[in-house]
Amino acid sequence: MRRAVDELSTGSDSDYSNSWISWFLSSKGNEYFCEVEEDYILDRFNLTGLNTEVQNYTQALDLITDNLDDEIQDNEFRGSLDVQARLLYGLIHARWIITSRGLAKMLEKYKKADFGRCPRVLCQSQPLLPVGLSDIPYEKSVKLYCGRCEDIYSPKSSRHGSIDGAYFGTSFPHMLFLVYPAMIPPKSGPPDLTLSLSGSVRGDGGDGARRRRAREDPESVAEGVGDSVSTVSAALKAERYRPKIFGFQVHEIAKLQRWQEAVRDRQIGRLEELEERGVI
Amino acid sequence: MPRQQLQQQPPQQEPLKGEAHGGDANVVPDGDEAMEEEVDQEGYASSTPTSSLTWISWFCSLPGHEYFCEVTEDFIEDEFNLTGLNSMVPFWKEAMEMVLDVEPEDSLKIPDVSIVEASAELMYGLIHQRYILTRFGLNAMAEKYEAGQFGTCPRVYCLACHVVPCGRSDMPGLDTVKLYCPNCNDIFTPPSSKFQGVDGAFFGTTFAHLFFQTFPQFAPAPYYSPSGLSTSAVSRSPGNSTQPAFVNPNPHGGQKPAAGKVYTPKIYGFRVSERAKSGPRMRWLRLRPEIPGELDQVDWRGRWIGSDDDEYEEDDDEDGEHHMEDFDPVGHNR
Repeated sequence: MRRAVDELSTGSDSDYSNSWISWFLSSKGNEYFCEVEEDYILDRFNLTGLNTEVQNYTQALDLITDNLDDEIQDNEFRGSLDVQARLLYGLIHARWIITSRGLAKMLEKYKKADFGRCPRVLCQSQPLLPVGLSDIPYEKSVKLYCGRCEDIYSPKSSRHGSIDGAYFGTSFPHMLFLVYPAMIPPKSGPPDLTLSLSGSVRGDGGDGARRRRAREDPESVAEGVGDSVSTVSAALKAERYRPKIFGFQVHEIAKLQRWQEAVRDRQIGRLEELEERGVI
Repeated sequence: MPRQQLQQQPPQQEPLKGEAHGGDANVVPDGDEAMEEEVDQEGYASSTPTSSLTWISWFCSLPGHEYFCEVTEDFIEDEFNLTGLNSMVPFWKEAMEMVLDVEPEDSLKIPDVSIVEASAELMYGLIHQRYILTRFGLNAMAEKYEAGQFGTCPRVYCLACHVVPCGRSDMPGLDTVKLYCPNCNDIFTPPSSKFQGVDGAFFGTTFAHLFFQTFPQFAPAPYYSPSGLSTSAVSRSPGNSTQPAFVNPNPHGGQKPAAGKVYTPKIYGFRVSERAKSGPRMRWLRLRPEIPGELDQVDWRGRWIGSDDDEYEEDDDEDGEHHMEDFDPVGHNR
């Protein structure tokens, strides 16, 4: 409904530049979404099963693709259709962002830190990625995944906190790091800004940046995670906070942290053995 | 020490180093009388522009200063509590007068009010760092903590555990205030930028942890058994209702059941294997053992006891394996 007003105010501008999707993406609170290409939406195969999830599926789809008849004057219907169109777009979006083209688009947003930065102090403002805790709509709101501490956080603003997590899905950030292993953040040091400055093509820019760093500091090759670099013992580089009272560690917490680090070392031992045997 | 004392002994306040402590000793014994006088004076002091609002209340009510508690005036007036601070704060005397709402002795000497304001803020912050480690200060902060005035942990599986402010350094000017979560034992940047002007030293490195040592009822225990599977931990507490009977066998440890869920990355519902390059590497950071006894399996050097440097001894490995696996089947999609 707000859209109708927007359209009126924008006057006689061409409707093409002002598509439903670009309106949706530019409205406040929708900063996490990326643009789903029209080709993807128009291929019915990609929408399999969504017709049972969304009421007035056909009209909602028409609305998203700007094919809806302007004759619909019933404001109430228009309003409910808007809700359904958002739901439909969200569900398509969840599928789109784990395709190779969708991943590339989200990667661009990730490099611009459009999803915010990790609130954990020792993650040094690592950019985050959106993630759902469920793939079914209306269950859980969207969370943010940090590739450095590998944990999930609630969005700072309530505008983002009320977005449905199913519009991003449970797989997205993990799929992104699976497809772009060079993007796996290093466990220490500031986030690699050279990568965010490199162009849309991952290959050259990223490699160049790594080579440059390698010249400066021989150790940084192991630090930055590249295609050829093992992440087996990456966790050893992770910094952690140690609570202290007048400089002395707190007994129970120190004990827990020792245990946690022993668990870490055991995993590293396990993985190193696998690596030696050539399994990974 | 009453305000008049400050006014009566200006020469002793002049030197930056603690000569004034001589005067201090004289002052403390007659504190009681002085207090009464001070109360009388309060009536007078309220004729200042800020009227009934003291500088301290005003300071604590500023946006971004929500984490501060109000330091009592008698704590500030006891010079013993301020030992060493006068060398860190420029315009010490003027700042003191401002914080305690004393009419400035000779306003001519004040070069610029804003400089004194900055000094007053620094002084109050440093005194605050010390005050919140005292019994009164800890109690005042506990009240704020229970009311949730410091906010909650942004980490999803800490389940909105209340956090406390915390500094990364006890020296001012190095880093801004952070928030410490007792559940994940980690520190976070405050969600609002208004706290970026608040020095972490005004809370100090010790407070957060002394706070949870003092109030173990707020501190989550270091072990966690997913409800349903819990047998060992519950066996310590009589009855089946875990919640009221939760007791940490370590009487000095956290007495609150922990929120111990750890996030498991999944693709299409399948856990990402640790063998993958992008596989999980950081679960240990948030992991808790299921029973408190497991903590004792690691010695002070951080090695598994009885494993003799070999991490693959059947016992330990099976234990750990069981551990890592068990979190997931319960968690469905979470």
